[in-house]
Amino acid sequence: MSARFVFEGGRVLDPAAGDDDVRDVVVAGGLIAGPEAAEGAERIDARGLVIAPGLVDLHTHLREPGDEHKETVATGTRAAAVGGYTAVAAMANTQPVADNAAVIQAVRELAAAAGLCEVYPVGAITKGLQGEQLAEMGEMVEAGVRVFSDDGHPVPTARLLRNALLYVKAFGDDVVLAEHAEDPSLVEGGHMHEGALSSALGLAGRPAEAEEIVVARDLVLARATGGRIHLCHLSSARSVELVRRARSEGIRVTAEVTPHHLTFTDEDLSTYDTDLKMDPPLRSAEDRDALRAGLADGTIDAVATDHAPHAIEEKEAEFDRAPPGTIGLETALGVILTELVHPGFLPLSRALDALSTAPARILGAGDHGGPIEAGRPANLTVFDPDQGWVVEAPFASKARNSAFLGRRLRGRVTHTVFQGALVVADGKPTR
Amino acid sequence: MNEHLLSMHDLSAADVTRILDTAESFREVGTRVIKKVPALRGRTVVNFFLENSTRTRISFELAAKRLSADVINFSAGGSSVAKGESLKDTALTLQAMGADAIVIRHSSSGSPLQLTRWVDAHVLNAGDGTHEHPTQGLLDLYTMREKLGRLEGLRVGIVGDVLHSRVARSLSFGLVKMGAEVTLVGPPTLIPPDASAWGVQVSYDIEGVLPKLDVCYVLRVQRERQRLEYFPSVREYARLFGITRDRVALMPEGGLIMHPGPMNRGVEIDSDVADLPRSVIEEQVTNGIAVRMALLFQLLGGAKGEAA
Repeated sequence: MSARFVFEGGRVLDPAAGDDDVRDVVVAGGLIAGPEAAEGAERIDARGLVIAPGLVDLHTHLREPGDEHKETVATGTRAAAVGGYTAVAAMANTQPVADNAAVIQAVRELAAAAGLCEVYPVGAITKGLQGEQLAEMGEMVEAGVRVFSDDGHPVPTARLLRNALLYVKAFGDDVVLAEHAEDPSLVEGGHMHEGALSSALGLAGRPAEAEEIVVARDLVLARATGGRIHLCHLSSARSVELVRRARSEGIRVTAEVTPHHLTFTDEDLSTYDTDLKMDPPLRSAEDRDALRAGLADGTIDAVATDHAPHAIEEKEAEFDRAPPGTIGLETALGVILTELVHPGFLPLSRALDALSTAPARILGAGDHGGPIEAGRPANLTVFDPDQGWVVEAPFASKARNSAFLGRRLRGRVTHTVFQGALVVADGKPTR
Repeated sequence: MNEHLLSMHDLSAADVTRILDTAESFREVGTRVIKKVPALRGRTVVNFFLENSTRTRISFELAAKRLSADVINFSAGGSSVAKGESLKDTALTLQAMGADAIVIRHSSSGSPLQLTRWVDAHVLNAGDGTHEHPTQGLLDLYTMREKLGRLEGLRVGIVGDVLHSRVARSLSFGLVKMGAEVTLVGPPTLIPPDASAWGVQVSYDIEGVLPKLDVCYVLRVQRERQRLEYFPSVREYARLFGITRDRVALMPEGGLIMHPGPMNRGVEIDSDVADLPRSVIEEQVTNGIAVRMALLFQLLGGAKGEAA
């Protein structure tokens, strides 16, 4: 990277270094540079803007290969860049499934060709996500995979998950199994949080205990094996409590929560808006408040988007026939600022830790998440914490199924620096 | 009243009373030799039925025809829907053909509300999934008011598979709105979670509830639910919750037995109970036509003023 530029007078908020001060940040040759390199560099006025480590998403569906009508690696990483992300973990539920090194390598190459954001493919725990036989995780570890998941479903039996946790110990201490915690027998046929509203709307429920049962099982197995579990998109208050207790007992567990579970409740589904249909579902106000508290006190490590693009006609269907999920990469930072930081629920430094530093650590993404120091790879997000905007289509993503459509947000990404290059400037992609 | 009828929640108590009063004036039409009035001449009503139904479709068809509207029946079998056309595209096609009202029956909860986002026509919910069946609820309110003279303070038990019943929802919401006291009775597995939020009581003891009921409203229980583990067997269901002659004897004098049909005789209701004088199941059917005439008239007749 030959680009050389300097952000002048920005507020540098670097959770990895514990820094929060106003200074210039110089980027040269793909790296953060010292002030001496500012001479002759392109100047970017960053007064009033926040400069942070590039955001890192632990939970993105890029859909390629197989579902290119929903999203591609190119469009998904463009959405990521626009949202301030410099690294995303791409879920394995593609067609073919990312359960072997060839698919992993193919996704990486597509990402490299797009050049907008680093993609860390997540490998499947079981072959074809079928929940029957372990995938060849050793080969995928050699190909650089560090997080495995059968996302969409938990590993179905305790025996299989126990074996998976034991098996990956051969590959070192930092391989993580990420679980979508919902007991299939309790959520079969369900479309929203089970409660008074699902009863009134005549929609079969997905009860909170479906999540709590799997969380509890997984924590027991993590303790027994000494393995590492990462819990995806927590949604229930009692799940947060289970994780809090497990952490205090030294069980190796990390957890994520999505911007939509931190924002909405089941009450928002009263109009059968399919953009608000999620797995796990949006739950009660008490659940949402417990998620916020868990994120604030660090019980929940990271904010992850669960960016789940779908085609227009797929979401424009009967509620029980529409696929679950919302896109989220382009709105995550704005939502967290609007819903949690500006109202005072979450300090900005903790928000950026949860959006960048903590997920980079879980993912093993050493080039991301800070610190913002001379000599480090230049992966940065620059945003205006006060810029107001309304979420509306079109998006950089190929999809438009955003739960946040029509909402006014405060805070927006202005620049994204990926591997030393300005891939987003003044809020727009440059490539 | 809104321009659609999607849910009992769309109606105020005053709306309900006006609909029932209007239905009363239309019921006389059904007793004439020439059962027709010109109220909706030139208007087009589409019966858009994506789920099997005989009585509701025929009832709506008769209601529209007695008001002199043109009626088109559009069912799932053999239609574009069977060929994979989306609900939205099919609805837009019906709209392009000039439908003034779309009467929709669909297996998906919420689909009538979704339809209103795509078409300008008046939408009437003729049953959506396990959500609501408001015209059934209204004809049941009509029948209770006609037989017992009032709705306020009436004690109504709704017995059976409430969880999967759109009829139970519309009827509960309507009765609570009109000041009646509703008790849902059934095995706990078939009572919706947090149903008490509807303003109703819940009981698992049919014999304890019956002596305090003005109306025992019996729901259809599908044998399918047994397979899905909601109860052990149809036999045990009938033993614990079936409405038998002995149980009916526990009700006060003059108490009514109602059922939305079609009945599973010998499961939720015994044959000799269904045929008792206090069973008003056939009258429910007759009243359904008048109530649907009232609804079509209020939605379509008032819109342009000329037909009223």
